[in-house]
Amino acid sequence: MREFKIVGKSVKKIDAGLLAQGKPLFTDDVKFEDMLHARILWSPHAHARIRNIDTSEAEALPGVHAVLCYKNVPRVPHTSAGQGWPEPSPYDMVMFDNKVRYVGDRVAAVAAETEEIAEKALRLIKVDYEILPAIFDPEKAMEEGAPVIHDEPDCRQVLPLFYDPKHNHCAHIEVKTGDPDRGLQEADIVVEHTVKNHYAQHCALEPHSCISYLDPMGRLVVRSSTQVPYYARRIIAQCLQLPERMVRVIKPRIGGGFGSKQEIVVEDVCAMLTLRTRRPVRLVFTRPEVFVSTRTRHPMVMRVKTGAKKDGTVTAIKMRVISNTGAYGPHCMTVLGSTCAKTLPLYRCPNIEFIGDTVYTNLLNAGAYRGYGVLQGTFAMGIMMDEMAHAIGMDPIEFWKKNTIRVGETSPIFSALSEIGKGAEQKVDSCALPECIDRGAEAFRWREKRERYRNQPDGPIRRGVGMVCTVHGGTVALLDASSVTAKMNEDGSFNLLISASDVGGGCDTVLSQIFAEALDIPLDDVVVYPTDTDVTPYDKGAYASGTTYLSGLAVIKTAEEIKKQIFKVASEMLNEPPENLKLENKGVVSVKSGNRLEFSQIARRSLYSKNQTQIAATASEYSRLHPQTFTAQFAEVEVDMETGQVKVISYVCAVDCGTAINPTLAEGQVEGSIINGISYALTEKFVFENGRVLNPNFRDYKIFSAPDIPEIKTILVPSYDPTGPFGAKPIGEPAMDGVLPTISNAIYNAIGIRFTESPFTPEKVLRAIKLRKSNRAQP
Amino acid sequence: MREIEFTVNGRKRKVLVRPKDLLLNVIRDELGLKGTKYGCGTGECGACTVLLDGRPVLSCLTLAVAADGRNITTIEGIGTDENLHPIQQAFIDAGAIQCGYCTPGMIISAKALLDRNPNPTEEEIRRAIKGNLCRCTGYVKIIAAIQLAAKRMRGETT
Repeated sequence: MREFKIVGKSVKKIDAGLLAQGKPLFTDDVKFEDMLHARILWSPHAHARIRNIDTSEAEALPGVHAVLCYKNVPRVPHTSAGQGWPEPSPYDMVMFDNKVRYVGDRVAAVAAETEEIAEKALRLIKVDYEILPAIFDPEKAMEEGAPVIHDEPDCRQVLPLFYDPKHNHCAHIEVKTGDPDRGLQEADIVVEHTVKNHYAQHCALEPHSCISYLDPMGRLVVRSSTQVPYYARRIIAQCLQLPERMVRVIKPRIGGGFGSKQEIVVEDVCAMLTLRTRRPVRLVFTRPEVFVSTRTRHPMVMRVKTGAKKDGTVTAIKMRVISNTGAYGPHCMTVLGSTCAKTLPLYRCPNIEFIGDTVYTNLLNAGAYRGYGVLQGTFAMGIMMDEMAHAIGMDPIEFWKKNTIRVGETSPIFSALSEIGKGAEQKVDSCALPECIDRGAEAFRWREKRERYRNQPDGPIRRGVGMVCTVHGGTVALLDASSVTAKMNEDGSFNLLISASDVGGGCDTVLSQIFAEALDIPLDDVVVYPTDTDVTPYDKGAYASGTTYLSGLAVIKTAEEIKKQIFKVASEMLNEPPENLKLENKGVVSVKSGNRLEFSQIARRSLYSKNQTQIAATASEYSRLHPQTFTAQFAEVEVDMETGQVKVISYVCAVDCGTAINPTLAEGQVEGSIINGISYALTEKFVFENGRVLNPNFRDYKIFSAPDIPEIKTILVPSYDPTGPFGAKPIGEPAMDGVLPTISNAIYNAIGIRFTESPFTPEKVLRAIKLRKSNRAQP
Repeated sequence: MREIEFTVNGRKRKVLVRPKDLLLNVIRDELGLKGTKYGCGTGECGACTVLLDGRPVLSCLTLAVAADGRNITTIEGIGTDENLHPIQQAFIDAGAIQCGYCTPGMIISAKALLDRNPNPTEEEIRRAIKGNLCRCTGYVKIIAAIQLAAKRMRGETT
């Protein structure tokens, strides 16, 4: 393994000092002269046609400057999904429609002098609704006669992909490798389960925020809390029917995203209000609006059938999935695709069948959320693996080890499917999963705890342990791209211009570390500037765990270009061929003569003295494959047999993310993922009544706070991925994928009841305990 | 409208407020101190926490008029560019800051704790920040940062 100077060190996050002081760094922390405030009117109905809308009273209210609704905005079918182009998501939404498809759908928007006036104006808008029957059950959405949610003639897929909105059916995927039926016949044991995960919201602490204005040249400037500034620019331009050159998107610091800010949900309306009023407009969602009218996790119903031989070989995996995308379909196909393409390569089984459908319902709009389908698939498979191990009497650790992919191996899934279609062949370039399992098990004291809890006495509190392995392929292979620009300053420092979008994880720091390492300079000599589409070059943005990996590769490539230019100038100055030169500690040294030039000397010469040139470069990379990040996760739970309360006592997550460029930041990704995962597994839950969310607030939608967290240990198991920047692999999402099944398996170990539907709430657990009791009592 | 006067980060300030104006909005919009954040508006996330006469309060649930004549400390009054407060430094050093949106409220709650209890147990730290939600860090490094700050403030470590 290579030795590094700055990579692999937990340098402090470069923006931490400013954030610790509460500096005005976020979208809503600036105030513009004459700024108007926008509010949106939301649908109170799950499914209704708008017969008419009367905005005259609202428009007449003093202080109101614009009211938007379907009558006065262009009808541009598009998707809010921040994806590459053309998007693999249906164009099934318009800025405002004459139909609403869920409680919380957009109806109209107002810009006024104050938020109070804007809210008052909303109450003056008269909407005449024709209420339509709604469909909430994803398993019935495709049935003949079900209410058709997208009956508008202009909704469509722009790519040649399956799309059947007449049956609320917006994605379909089928993959078959080997012979799954024969695999099941050859099995000694066959296991079958229906596994269901539930709706959830990202709960980034900063609400979705946007401020737009016109610059003196009349161009539209949009400050936005977006994870995908370039995609935001493209989609804003599309919705407002402007050329991209008229739109500039600036991404300040972002207060967390987790996928929810990979969607254009505030920017188009805010920008349209600016165009109408020619004034700065601010649109910041309230917390209930974030809960209901942004995006959520796709709930899936997964019917899984698997088989294994007595020796522990998995012989077949069959998965039948229905994914609920809610009222619109951003990411509807790709999340479903990831449930297969990015989850199932973990298993060494050659016989796999995956059939998946995504359906519309009149419920919350799902979208990208940390885990992105892999979390759902891992929930199902994590339970199946545990059940099979149990059925043949093998320790789960041995069973997982026997059936998980190893370094140098490939999976038929890789070439059968990518997120968006046919995949590409690839092998696993690095895999420290066996070490993750061993080191995780040791730190967790797996064997000792298994033994201890096997013989625990009957009592009101029972304990158990569970484990799961995960894989998560990062980036969207062959589509995602990143570019980086760097230029040299007189003092030998560099500006690093990136559009990789730090949402809090720390990529500004990590990419600076990679750049400093590549040019052998101190971190302080890297001045990183993120993202402004007028200034920083194209990057896909923050999603698919791809920033460190893909933007990191672009950083290294840029540094290589810079190095060439530095050597060219240095070779003129030293009168030695470039082959003699090497970089050393912010300077150039000749390995022949021993002569040395400081970067500052080279920079000044290049800018001021001879053959003047700005040493600068822009380089791009696209993702050639899905780098595979592995984890092994272990949970210890306590189940209260009298209340049904499940408590996680301790959690260990061992991760192979290749080289951890910044170990503290990598640990932070894992810890945040695990706690989000446990919170999702145990307490987070939307409560619906006829499609309406009854608990859009932190009091009734309970996310973990500090007293709730268990003892948690992260182990970064070193490996080196030859395709990654200095050996690095993705880390943003992988740890979250395994939490649901790890806890479910631990509950099973504790009380012998398998929970295949999340969340594992006291009511659900207690009901199951009581049901078992009454079943046992019956002869 | 009514004029109220309070001390904000050591400075006397006079502002005109309406009876229903919330302290959060006055701090952000009238005083221009943007470190205090809106996260929920209902007192459930803690991002708007400030010190009122040394005690942590949720400024999104506090009427501005209730602060008349009193002493307010926001995150901007905790340390200076040249001289960060030990809690701020510990948050940086322990890797307790990811997106940083919850950080001001978290640091204010930590300060309120350490001002009255320089040697808290881990349980006491967890309870003190119970009302401050963080979605990025999982709290692990935040708890560690407050422990580190307490140690440093007691002079036990550097």
